[in-house]
Amino acid sequence: MDSGSTGTDAPVLVSGTAAVTRKALLDALSLPAFILFFTMMGFGSLARGAGFGAEMAALASLLIWGLPGQLAMVELTRTGQGLVAIVFACSLANARFLPMVVSFLPTLQRQGASTPRLLLDAQLLSINSWAMCMREFPQVDPGYRHRYYVTFASSILLAAVAGTLLGYHSAVLLPSTMVLGLIFVSPLFFALVLSAVPGRPERISMLLGCATIPLVHFFWPSVDLLLTGLVGGSAGFLLGNRRGRDNGA
Amino acid sequence: MAPESFWVIVLACGAATFFWRATGVLVTRRIDANGALFRWITCVSYAMVAGLIFRMIVMPESELASVSLPLRMTAVAIAFAAYYLCRRRLVAGVLAGGISLTAMASWIS
Repeated sequence: MDSGSTGTDAPVLVSGTAAVTRKALLDALSLPAFILFFTMMGFGSLARGAGFGAEMAALASLLIWGLPGQLAMVELTRTGQGLVAIVFACSLANARFLPMVVSFLPTLQRQGASTPRLLLDAQLLSINSWAMCMREFPQVDPGYRHRYYVTFASSILLAAVAGTLLGYHSAVLLPSTMVLGLIFVSPLFFALVLSAVPGRPERISMLLGCATIPLVHFFWPSVDLLLTGLVGGSAGFLLGNRRGRDNGA
Repeated sequence: MAPESFWVIVLACGAATFFWRATGVLVTRRIDANGALFRWITCVSYAMVAGLIFRMIVMPESELASVSLPLRMTAVAIAFAAYYLCRRRLVAGVLAGGISLTAMASWIS
């Protein structure tokens, strides 16, 4: 099922409502839904520790829908910062949604969609859906990509909200080594997903992003991701497209 | 803190994140999806996401920092090996990586 990404000339596209919905649900339930469920359990228990109510924590997962921003909100609230500082930190931690939305929405191939519908699509976006769709879209009929995305994204959002509530209410303490494994699984999943992303400029950008972040994080930790994106992405764009032209692509 | 102020925090943070998403929609409406500007922004996204993943694994601020870097990198290598050996099955890679990290962490501590 998963081997269509390596340079065959005419990959068989998944098409039709039933098949695409099933693929989206399977892709969500095979891992991402569980990873988010456990990650958001962690968020739920942190939110409780900072004084938020259960409904507030669930609403935060639903509305913010970006863990770095949610963690910033909880951490600054817990340490007693003011509203402006909290909102600013959350906003900065989630600023990555701007380029992610711009790079993602056109891949859905919805030229005629109204602005409110696009806003809804943008609100559903998270790093999981972004990475998974970038990986799987070459194998999905363009006419059904939006269905794939909405099905996948809403399944994992549901899992995230459920995880938040369970984490908030459960006093179950997992063994600390198992918690380590669960924390580790989330970035590992993204690394594996993105290893299959096609396109030379994108691949070079990712490598340069990894090379840039340690230095940038050391000097400017609060804006490290934005700077990494601008530096690594611009260099990857220039290098990737120049190489591509040399090869006649 | 009064309970209302927690609601205000959640709603304001939701709005602040939505601001970036909405700006993204406005930009999308104005640029050519085949043009250089779009391809540049795509590269910026990839570099950012890769940087985020790299930061989470190599320079974590979470409890993951209690596991030494060589152990974390060994687990990443095991994950990728399992992933490719099992015909690029994500489940195989993630399970192998998560289990090997858990095993190494509990063995050493």
